[in-house]
Amino acid sequence: MLHVKNLHASVEDKAILNGINLEVNAGEVHAIMGPNGSGKSTLSAVIAGKEEYEVTDGEIFLNGENIEELSAEERAHEGVFLSFQYPVEIPGVSVTNFVKTAINETRKAKGEDEMPASDMLKKIREKAELLEIDRKFLSRSLNEGFSGGEKKRNEIFQMAMLEPKLAILDETDSGLDIDALRIVANGVNKLRSKDNAVIVITHYQRLLDYIVPDFVHVLHNGKIVKSGTKELALELEEKGYDWIKQEATV
Amino acid sequence: MSKYTEEELQKELETKEYEYGFYTDIESDTFPNGLNEEIVIAISKKKNEPQWMTDWRIEAFRIWSEMEEPEWANVHYEKPDFQAISYYSAPKKADPNKTLDDVDPELLEMYKKLGISIDEQKKLQGVAIDIVVDSVSVATTFQKTLAEKGIIFCPISEAIQEHPELVRKYMGTIVPQKDNFYAALNSAVFTDGSFCYIPKGVRCPMELSTYFRINQAGTGQFERTLVIADEGSYVSYLEGCTAPSRNENQLHAAVVELIALDDAEIKYSTVQNWYPGSAEGKGGVYNFVTKRGLCEKNAKISWTQVETGSAVTWKYPSCILKGNNSVGEFYSIAVTNNYQQADTGTKMIHLGKNTKSTIISKGISAGKSQNSYRGLVQIASKAENARNFSQCDSLLMGNKCGAHTFPYIEAKNKTAQIEHEATTSKIGEDQIFYCNQRGIDTEKAIALIVNGFSKDVLNKLPMEFAVEAQKLLEISLEGSVG
Repeated sequence: MLHVKNLHASVEDKAILNGINLEVNAGEVHAIMGPNGSGKSTLSAVIAGKEEYEVTDGEIFLNGENIEELSAEERAHEGVFLSFQYPVEIPGVSVTNFVKTAINETRKAKGEDEMPASDMLKKIREKAELLEIDRKFLSRSLNEGFSGGEKKRNEIFQMAMLEPKLAILDETDSGLDIDALRIVANGVNKLRSKDNAVIVITHYQRLLDYIVPDFVHVLHNGKIVKSGTKELALELEEKGYDWIKQEATV
Repeated sequence: MSKYTEEELQKELETKEYEYGFYTDIESDTFPNGLNEEIVIAISKKKNEPQWMTDWRIEAFRIWSEMEEPEWANVHYEKPDFQAISYYSAPKKADPNKTLDDVDPELLEMYKKLGISIDEQKKLQGVAIDIVVDSVSVATTFQKTLAEKGIIFCPISEAIQEHPELVRKYMGTIVPQKDNFYAALNSAVFTDGSFCYIPKGVRCPMELSTYFRINQAGTGQFERTLVIADEGSYVSYLEGCTAPSRNENQLHAAVVELIALDDAEIKYSTVQNWYPGSAEGKGGVYNFVTKRGLCEKNAKISWTQVETGSAVTWKYPSCILKGNNSVGEFYSIAVTNNYQQADTGTKMIHLGKNTKSTIISKGISAGKSQNSYRGLVQIASKAENARNFSQCDSLLMGNKCGAHTFPYIEAKNKTAQIEHEATTSKIGEDQIFYCNQRGIDTEKAIALIVNGFSKDVLNKLPMEFAVEAQKLLEISLEGSVG
């Protein structure tokens, strides 16, 4: 599904990613962990196609296609979804209106008709239930005055509505209390299938108790310095990141 | 209103360049350039006006001659040469040989997308309107309904002939001849406009001018409107058109006077889309308008405006809250792009007790434009328990435009409650990226953000008008980011 080869990227001439190699197949869950400033969020932004980041070397393939030339919206149309660490507010635009626009824009890009209103409504109802979202929440302005937990739940709600092939969850656990974490993780688990893949970016092992990864990668100084299975996450939890840093410098 | 799709928006955006209209040299009856007392008298004669009207115009002209063009607004432009303008041009007749086939298909497409009827398209393009049985019957029914209720709705020139007692009683009482430079000019030379009278206790059953919009296209540059809502009556009045106006006059100085007698309510909505000038800032309409309403006891006046056109706008629809418990409202969206300049806002003059006013102003600036809100909230010494709430929000796109807020507050009564909120925000790259990531392209993302920003005001417009206005905002801001 996703194949990242020797990816180097910089922002404002500052190199942040220094040769990332990563292969994610359909049906898999990968966790990317690492200390602050290791490049985790940059990696997700570069995959999603944020313009401020310049790819200086390497390639990203999505389903065998090099996506270098694709804009962020085109990548979204191809099934890339990013759950933002800090979702932005759009005053006056309701959650429903936003999601509806996103779905119909994607359909249009694929040459499909708009989703009929009744189908849209049914889907919204179904996914809102899955994430235990109150109907009133859906008519509020996007992210405006939302609590940390509401913002993250809203991200996963959008993911459920858009049904991406590749979902990248950037620090989705930050700002969540344990109940919200469970709801969000349950939502993600229910959306998993053999046809899609999830990359979970996180600082802590906590989220991985709920969304169990097939692979764990540790990022340090813009490079994956260690890969393993979920046990690696537990080891990190226990020992911290210092030993990884030391290992990497040796 | 049919559903509006992205594909349609795209098509519209391709035609975003303002179509100046198709000037055809057809029969017209135009005065020589220049302004003096004789011209003023000639205009009055041409319109077959009674002596009192002629005298009133002359008085206005004398006042105007002594006045100086104001310079306090936050706009910069080359002052018009008032002696280089022709002050009378008979309404153009349709060219009998022109058909819609002669009109640029792209423009017609845009009209279609904005939901403008075939007849109206023809009117806008100076094409003769076919006598369509349907349309005639609609017009007749409309007139009949109004007449049954005793509502008068006609050109002001007709009202001067047919209802001189009403015109004489009210014209100039809200905006006197000496009010300001442009109002004085208008008073001297106005050629036409609308007149509306709603009798006591009558609720006007339809939005005035939703149908008659056709007949208003092409009214002159010095338009005069007078709306009188008698005791306990209600009227909703729509002015303007979302279609690009073909008016070739550079200077517009209109006057609108509203009178809401005891317990009456007037809702006045405007959509203004005059030629804003080229993307390089050449040409465009100067729009210097005086709009004011008077509220008697328990009366209410609401101004709602969506302004996307004109190169320079100078406009402050205001309310004089004279009667106790009267209410004034002002809801405005002003969009400026490229080199447009707008200095607009309102004045709420609280004279009566328990008077209330609300001001919601949304300014959107893009390109190299300058957008100013200028508002006055004045509480007179006898206005016990007056209340005002003002909210002025500015949205900036890019970093070459400007948003300014000039709120003036004068309270002479200690019981006054005045609230003012102001915000300035910028459409951020983060917001755009967020939308892009969800599959929404930048153009659509801006439309979404702008519509969200303007929602409080768009909601105040009558339904079909709101849909048109929303599309108009999108078209006006095309290409403003990037």
